[in-house]
Amino acid sequence: MSTPAPSVPGAGSPRHVWRRPQFVDNPWLRWGILLGLAAYLVYASTAVDMNLQRMLRGLPRAREFLALMFPPDFGRWELLSSGVLESLQMAVFSTAVGSLLSIPVAIGAASNVAPRPFYVLCRGWISISRTFPEVIIAIFFVKAFGFGPFAGVLTLTVATTGFLGKMLAEDIEDIDRGQVEAIEATGAGWGKTLLYGVFPQVMPRLVGLVVYQLDINLRESTIIGIVGAGGIGGALFNSFLRYEYDFSLAILLVIIGLVLVAEWASGEIRSRVT
Amino acid sequence: MNAAPHREWHRHTPRQSLLRFAMNLAIAMAVVWAATGLDIYWPFLLDAPPTVVDLAARMLPPDWAFFDNIVDPMIETINIATLGTLLALFLACPVAVIAARNTTPNVVTFWLGRLIVVSSRSVNELVWGLIMVVFFGPGALAGVAAIALRSVGFTAKLLAEAIEEIDRGQVEAIEATGANRPLVFFYAIVPQIMPAFWGVTVFRWDINIRQSSVIGLVGAGGIGLVLNSAMNMFRWDQVTVILIAVFAVVLVSEAVSATLRARYT
Repeated sequence: MSTPAPSVPGAGSPRHVWRRPQFVDNPWLRWGILLGLAAYLVYASTAVDMNLQRMLRGLPRAREFLALMFPPDFGRWELLSSGVLESLQMAVFSTAVGSLLSIPVAIGAASNVAPRPFYVLCRGWISISRTFPEVIIAIFFVKAFGFGPFAGVLTLTVATTGFLGKMLAEDIEDIDRGQVEAIEATGAGWGKTLLYGVFPQVMPRLVGLVVYQLDINLRESTIIGIVGAGGIGGALFNSFLRYEYDFSLAILLVIIGLVLVAEWASGEIRSRVT
Repeated sequence: MNAAPHREWHRHTPRQSLLRFAMNLAIAMAVVWAATGLDIYWPFLLDAPPTVVDLAARMLPPDWAFFDNIVDPMIETINIATLGTLLALFLACPVAVIAARNTTPNVVTFWLGRLIVVSSRSVNELVWGLIMVVFFGPGALAGVAAIALRSVGFTAKLLAEAIEEIDRGQVEAIEATGANRPLVFFYAIVPQIMPAFWGVTVFRWDINIRQSSVIGLVGAGGIGLVLNSAMNMFRWDQVTVILIAVFAVVLVSEAVSATLRARYT
């Protein structure tokens, strides 16, 4: 083309009006997207029966619910504290066991150190355990091993091997080859290379990740009790079933406090080690 | 008089070693406390392998005929996630504006914004589901509300961070034209956070697809309801089909989200 395209649309015309650039340039595509979105909204809100009438009918019930919720009832603090304690113990124990187990998983899932068949196996495990929400894994273990913290510990351990295994595997894949080659040059075998060439490089990250995982596990450990896997979630679910909403609020406040403290502490520790 | 004929190299100073030892001890004690405190009958662990084998035998082969029954709940799950995400976006925009330091009108609105973000984020979707079922009765509507309320905090937090990180220069340029506050917002701030906005939307949608497969357990609609009843009836071969379907949908949504984010943000 001999004439270069004008950089501003309409720049050649006598009265040049600036227009706000659109997020999607092509008008057909832009209107198409908007129209599609509107059509979807209409379809989906009828599909899930989301209409104003139903929402408005919820309002008085919401008011009633809030009235029953306040003031929070901390009267059964023994039940509350034993549930919270169980959640804490589940989180700590499964983080410890899960972290130990996730180390071999991570080594297996790192393409630069693992043999091929082992790699496929470990990656498969990671993607299965990461895809399913903790709660689904939890129901599974509850059905297999019965109600109680054992199912919860298994759930959180599996989830830990998935998340920590994946993160650690990525760190191992990102390491500096030089140090590994230096150790290999001394005649060290696979195990010693791993121990002296790979681990020192990922150790600081591992500590940070374990702390983060503890934070996640603590969060989940307060929830999976809803499906019977131990911890405070069971008491929360029961309080809802019995319409004891003031006790529910007390439990919720404690959970929120716990989650906030854990998030703050985990952030502090991680900013120091990494 | 040479006091130290040869000095040995140590990785840590005595003080560091002591500190490390103390920390390791504290961790070990915490783990022991947790392990002994838990009400677990440990010989159960020996039962675990046969139980798992037994369960696997019941799960296979999958009852593929059941697949027809899960198509509708699966679509409902996707609808819950999508509508919940859209509703969350709608609610999160004003929250993000007041939760960002540089756009919030005053200190009170700033802390209000932060409060909304924290309370939305620290309550799990299952708990939001329980509450919404009380409000709207069992069904997908409660699910949409639960997913939306849970996502508001996350979405607003990330959007507020994006607003805080904008380039001041563009804001000043628009202000210099004499534009008022709303105009400055729409012409200087909105274009800058658009990529973050779409990125956060797609990211949250992906998370919500996964979470909305669960909320059926508390009666808030979707595939979780079917999963729960199949498990209660010990139809493990149907459970396998549901799990495979959930796995596939989550994988697809993850791939869609990753592709969109890589291309547009």
